[in-house]
Parts: sequence; structure tokens; C-alpha cells
Amino acid sequence: MTATVPLDDSDQLAGTGFEVHSDEGAAPREEVVGFGFWVFLLSDIVIFASFFAAYAVLRNSTAGGADSRALFSLGNVALETLCLLLSSYACALAHVALARRAAAAFLIGLAATFALGALFLTLEIREFADFLARGATPQSSAFLSAFFALVGLHGAHISAGLIWLAGLAALFVLQGSGARYGSRFFCFALYWHALDLVWIGIFTVVYLMGVLP
Amino acid sequence: MFGRLTLAAIPTGEPIALGAALAVLAVVLATLAWLTWRGAWPYLWREWITSVDHKRIGIMYCALGLVMLLRGFSDALMMRTHLALTVGGGSGYLPPDHYNQIFSAHGVIMIFFVAMPFVVGLMNFVTPLQLGGRDVAFPVLNSVSFWLTAAGALLVNLSLGIGNFERAGWLPYPPLSETTYSPDVGVDYWAWSLQIAGVGTLMSGVNLLATILKTRARGMRYTRMPMFCWTALAANLLIVAAFPILTATIAMLTLDRMAGFHFFTNDAGGNPMMFVNLVWAWGHPEVYILILPCFGIFSEVVPTFSRKPLFGYRSMVAATMAICVLSFMVWLHHFFTMGAGANINAVFGVLSMIIAVPTGVKVFNWLFTMYGGKVEFSVPMLWSLAFMSTFVIGGMTGVLLAIPPVDFVVHNSQFLVAHFHNVIIGGVLFGVFAGVNYWFPKAFGFMLDERLGKAAFWCWVVGFYLAFMPLYALGLMGMTRRLNVAYMPQWGPWTLVAAVGALVIFAGILLMLAQLYVSIRRRAALRAGDDPWDARTLEWAASSPPPAWNFDRLPVVACLDELWARKTGARKETPLWLDDKPFHMPRNSAIGVALAAAATFFGFAMVWRIDWLAIAAALAALTAVIGFAARRNLEVAVAPNEKAPA
Repeated sequence: MTATVPLDDSDQLAGTGFEVHSDEGAAPREEVVGFGFWVFLLSDIVIFASFFAAYAVLRNSTAGGADSRALFSLGNVALETLCLLLSSYACALAHVALARRAAAAFLIGLAATFALGALFLTLEIREFADFLARGATPQSSAFLSAFFALVGLHGAHISAGLIWLAGLAALFVLQGSGARYGSRFFCFALYWHALDLVWIGIFTVVYLMGVLP
Repeated sequence: MFGRLTLAAIPTGEPIALGAALAVLAVVLATLAWLTWRGAWPYLWREWITSVDHKRIGIMYCALGLVMLLRGFSDALMMRTHLALTVGGGSGYLPPDHYNQIFSAHGVIMIFFVAMPFVVGLMNFVTPLQLGGRDVAFPVLNSVSFWLTAAGALLVNLSLGIGNFERAGWLPYPPLSETTYSPDVGVDYWAWSLQIAGVGTLMSGVNLLATILKTRARGMRYTRMPMFCWTALAANLLIVAAFPILTATIAMLTLDRMAGFHFFTNDAGGNPMMFVNLVWAWGHPEVYILILPCFGIFSEVVPTFSRKPLFGYRSMVAATMAICVLSFMVWLHHFFTMGAGANINAVFGVLSMIIAVPTGVKVFNWLFTMYGGKVEFSVPMLWSLAFMSTFVIGGMTGVLLAIPPVDFVVHNSQFLVAHFHNVIIGGVLFGVFAGVNYWFPKAFGFMLDERLGKAAFWCWVVGFYLAFMPLYALGLMGMTRRLNVAYMPQWGPWTLVAAVGALVIFAGILLMLAQLYVSIRRRAALRAGDDPWDARTLEWAASSPPPAWNFDRLPVVACLDELWARKTGARKETPLWLDDKPFHMPRNSAIGVALAAAATFFGFAMVWRIDWLAIAAALAALTAVIGFAARRNLEVAVAPNEKAPA
């Protein structure tokens, strides 16, 4: 009773009542991985959204301590933003290099991505240290709790990204670009760009709205 | 050296807690010894612990749910018998402090480690088979998800013998759960076990979502997807959107407790009601994460045993997705008494009542599916019928609670306890039992004993009504929830009836265990074919139990109820299978169990503030991940035999 149909030949299905329209069965592996990682990133953004919501609720609960206008300096934030966007740009260039199988350019792109990300992190840590030195600790008010948690969560993501990036570079040097390397790097690039999006939210909601009247 | 952990953590002063801990320890040690004596470890390691087969993982989820059901039910039985002993002026046998831990642990265990594992397990087992696929989208990640859930369950149980569990309810509201009022490790156990299990659930949600959206069989359009897959899709969308909120909320509470932050504290501008808002923004979708797949189970069981296609498939899909969206818009009805104002309460009250509309659509669809059908009263069908009547009662009391003025009267009373047990037992648990009885022959190749299954069913249903209908009355009579003394004389008779109900449910659980035991012993006589129920969907086209790759040749789908159409010859065309080219399956992996071990140590170290252990566990997890990423032989080629299952 059973007949067989070759996987890649949809012509044989024509007129049998089994015409397959848009859906061709399971998607290719790379597509499934990319999609799954998109979904994961969306869920990660929901975590950020919760911290954004908490910050929005608590941003004026300064408990008599320093408020956002007294603390934030837009110059530092502009520098941080520049580092992060350039890092993303370098990541995109590396992605292109990988697609063109230009190993040296790829590794240079990774190094630039890493260096700019690390510079961002340094600036952020310096800012945090400055706040702490001025007595603005996360323990001193709900506003600062929410601030340090939200911005720190982004910083923690950047740190994790740097570790991931180092691992990917090591893997490339040791094993070369294997069958799954492309989709792995694709996931990292998505992650790195998504952190930019979150940073734009932080830049707007935390810093800009924090200093503007 | 060991942070806050000292010998005083062992509850030597509390004979009941110590006895329970020792009993659990004895059972675990006896099981381990028995497995060692039988030489079962190589088999277990190879076939189960490191397995990445979605069916094995689904079965392990259900096994975890069953074991934890015994633990959660022991808590329930203790509470009910204790309360019964306080009728007429007695003081019961549970000290208040221990009673508070028990009702908190009961809720946490039943939701996170019974209902969730059962539901996720069934989705894991069934979905790829129904979709006509070989596995989930990310089989290794699936194993990690399961083992992280198991690690969370282990942490909760560790609190039984080392330290204590929290006393602030299943969702420990601040400020009570802050260090000022709960300085010991109880809330930390709650936070870390749920954080670890929650990450597992989130990854499982990502996985199943990618599976349903990206790995369906050729020709399986959305309108040809079995109803269970639709409900699984809705539930996993909710998991992906809602569980991150729980993760964030627990992280905030943890920062408050461990680092002195002020998210939810009374002082320094913290806002305790923000916890309540955030936690219910997760919590309300969570109840639909649990119930929607069960609606899916009934939507498979009722047509199969009515010998009719599901009535109103498209309206069922629409209702499912409507509930999926609405579930995010009603969270405030869990705390009408917060004082958000009449208008806000009215909006949330109305939205909550609107959910009854798509739910009503579903109930009528099931009824019309049976109407004119040839209804067979098998065990899964009995559970479905009991669900329909019981869930409607629970749903109507829910609509009652959605009216803010009514809610102000019965808020936090036994009426509420009756309502949510009514929908969670009558909906989720009955659904899970229907599903387990329905798919058991597919999983193991033999049927569950029907006589014992029916006996267990009747005990559960009668026990449920005896145990929980009195609570509606008690709530209206003013008895609050979490009370440890039934001190009003009028409450006495109802409290006693509820205790009798708990004992009848206990009989039901024992009969279920007997059913499992007897069925395994008589498995030769109970052997089942590939399609023992004469069912309609593709999982029954695979062999029982299916091979690791599910189908030797993948099916091509041309309509809803594909298998039924093939069997009955409703279509003239020849049923199609894709060519049996060799394909690849992922190799077993120990990464799941390794990460879970690291997570358990990490969680334990964070609870007790053992810094070096936390660092060591985190490094171990990182090493395991790097080692896994560097692995090269990820897959094994399979060349199925020539014969197609037809």
C-alpha cells in the first residue's frame, strides 16, 4: 500500500492530493538553530523588561539619597555607547569575513569586537566604582538597587559574551571552521547585536530620562 | 569553611521533620542499593541518564512528577489529618512553625515539581511523534532541561533534612520573605531551587517551540496539526514569555536577601507590592501553561473514544490562542485587595471573566464531539468526563472570584483554596492521568491494567469531591487559608469530611501505584499493538515503543487526523512515506546530568553561603560546557531497515 517519494522532488507529488505548499517538512539544521536562538534571545529580553519595569517603578524612590541627575554623566555614557556600537560593527565585519572564509580578517574582527567590548566594560566598571566611592551604593536606596541591577545585568551579559567570544576564537584557532561553526558564530552575533538593542533602551530610559528635566 | 552550615542545621529538635527526612533518606539509599545490587547502573546510564531521546526524557519527567506527587501528597495528608485533630479543641500534632513549612512546600512541590514535570513530560513525549518528526529541535538541550528540573527538586528535598524550608507560602511575598522576617535558609532554598528548575523549564519551552514551528512533517500545515500540538504551542509560547519574569523576580528577591538591595523591602523606598505584581505576571500565565496542554490531551482522548473527529477544530484552535493571549491580561485578579482602585479592579475583573468564554467554547466542543458518537468508557475517557464536570464547577467559582466585591469577602479564604484545587486537580491532574493512561502503551508497548485504573479513578474523583467541596463552605463560613486550627465549632464537620476525602484520595494514589506494579508484572499478557485505541493521530503510526528515531520513514501529511484517514481509506490516494535514506541521530550526552550536578552544588552553596563551593561549581559547569562545545562526534548515522511502518 505504501509508495515512496524522494525527499527533494516535489514534482512527484503533483496531482496526488499530497501537494506540499509552503511547508517542506523539517527546516534545515542551521535554520532551526537560528530560530531557537532568536526565541531564547526574546526570552532574555523579557528578563531585561522585568528589570526595566522595576527600574521604572523605583526610579524616584531615592530614600533621600542621590538621584539620577546628581549621579549620571552623559559624556561617559556617550563613550560607552560608542564602544558598544563599534564593537557590534566589528562583529558584523567578522561575520562577513567568516562567510568569505578570510581567516585572518575574521580573527582581527573578533579581536576588535573583544577589545571594544572590554573597553565598554571598563568604562562601566569605572562608573560603578565612582558611584560607590560617592556613597551611592545599591544598598542605599531602591532607585540605586534597580539601577545597579539593570545596568549590571547588561554588563554581566557583556562579560558572558566576552567569555563566549574568547571560546569561539579558541575553537576557530584549534579546530578551524567546522560544519557547525557558522551557526554558532551566527548565534553569538545575534546575541551581541541584541545587547546593543538593550543598551539603547538603557541609554534612553535610564540615562537620558534620568538627566533631562 | 561551610558558610552558615553547621550541625545545628539537622532538625534534631523536631521529631516529625527528622523522621520524614530519615524516611526519605532510607528510601533513597534502599533504591540506590537495589539498583547497584541488580547491576542496573550501566543500563541506566546508557539508556536513560545520558539519553537525549525525547521519549525517554518525557518518561523521566513523568517519573519525577510521580515521585514528587508522593512527597507533595504526604504534606497534604499531614495538613488534613492535623486539622481534623484540632476539631473540638485539640491542638493537632504539627507545631505551627512546621505547619507553615508544610503548606509552603506542598504548594511549591505540587506546582513546580508535580504538575510541571508531568505536563512538560507529556509534551516532550508526544509532540515530536504527533508532528511526524524524529526528535525535538535540540535533543541535548532537552536533556539539560530535564536534569536542571530534577536538580531543583533535589534542592527542595534537601531542605527537609538540612536546614528548613520557607514558611511564607508557595509564593513567598515580601516583606515577610525578606531577611528581616525570614532570616534563615528557607526562602533561599525556595529561590535557588526554583531558579535552577525555572531555567530548565525555559530552555524546554524554547526547544518545544522550535520543534513545533520548525520540524513538522512534510505537509503538516498549521491547520493539520493535532490539537495537542496546538495547545503545546500555546503553552510553550507562554513559557518563553512568562518564565523569564519569574527568573527576574526571584533574582531581585535574592539580591535583596543576599546583597542588601531594596527592591521589595519596607525601607529605603522598596516596594513589596511590586513583587506581587511581577510574580503574578508570571503566575497567571503559569496556570495556563499547566492547563492548556491538558485541554489538548482531552481533545485527543475524547475524539478517539467517541470515534468521531473533534467537533469545531478551528474554534478550538482559536479558543486556545485566545486563552494564550488573555492569560497575560488578568494577573491583578490575584490581589484585588491591593487597593488599586475600583476602575482597575473592574477592568481586570471583566477580563478575567472573558476567559470563561473561550474555555466554554472548548467544553461545548468536547460535549458535541461525544454527541452522536460511540462513546467508549475507557480509563482515559473516564478521566476526561470527570474533568468536564469538575472543571466547570471550578471555572464557575473562578468567575465568582473574578467579581471584585465577592473577592473582597472570600479573598485568602478556604473558598480560594477550594477553587484552585478544583481547577488544578480537576483540570491539570485529571488531564495528566488521562494522558498517562492514554499514551502509556505507546511508551512501553503494554497497556495499563484497566480494572485498577478504574478503581483508582473512582477513589480520586470521590475523594476529590469529599476533600474540596467542604472547603467552599468553610471559606464562606470565614475560615481563612493556611490556618492551622479549626477553632470554630461550626467548622468541625466540614473539616472532618475533608480529611476523609484526603484519605480516599490516598487510596486512589495507592491503587495507581498498584496499577503500575501489576501492569509491569503482567506486561506479557497486556502487550499492546501499535494502535491499541484505534486512534487518529500520527504517534500511533509508530511502533510501540517507537525506535529512538520514531519513524523508519517519515510520514507525509495530507489532512487533519492523518492516521484515521489512512486507516479508514477516507482518501483514495495512497498513504505516503518519505524515502528511507540514512539519517543522523544525536549521540548520548552526559552534559545534562553534569550541569545538573554542578547546579545542585551551586544552589546548595548559595543557600548556605559557602563561597568556595559556589565558585568551584560554577567553574565545573563552565568546564563542562566548554568540553561539550569542543566535542566533534556529535551524531551517529542510522540506516533504518527496509520495512516501513504502515
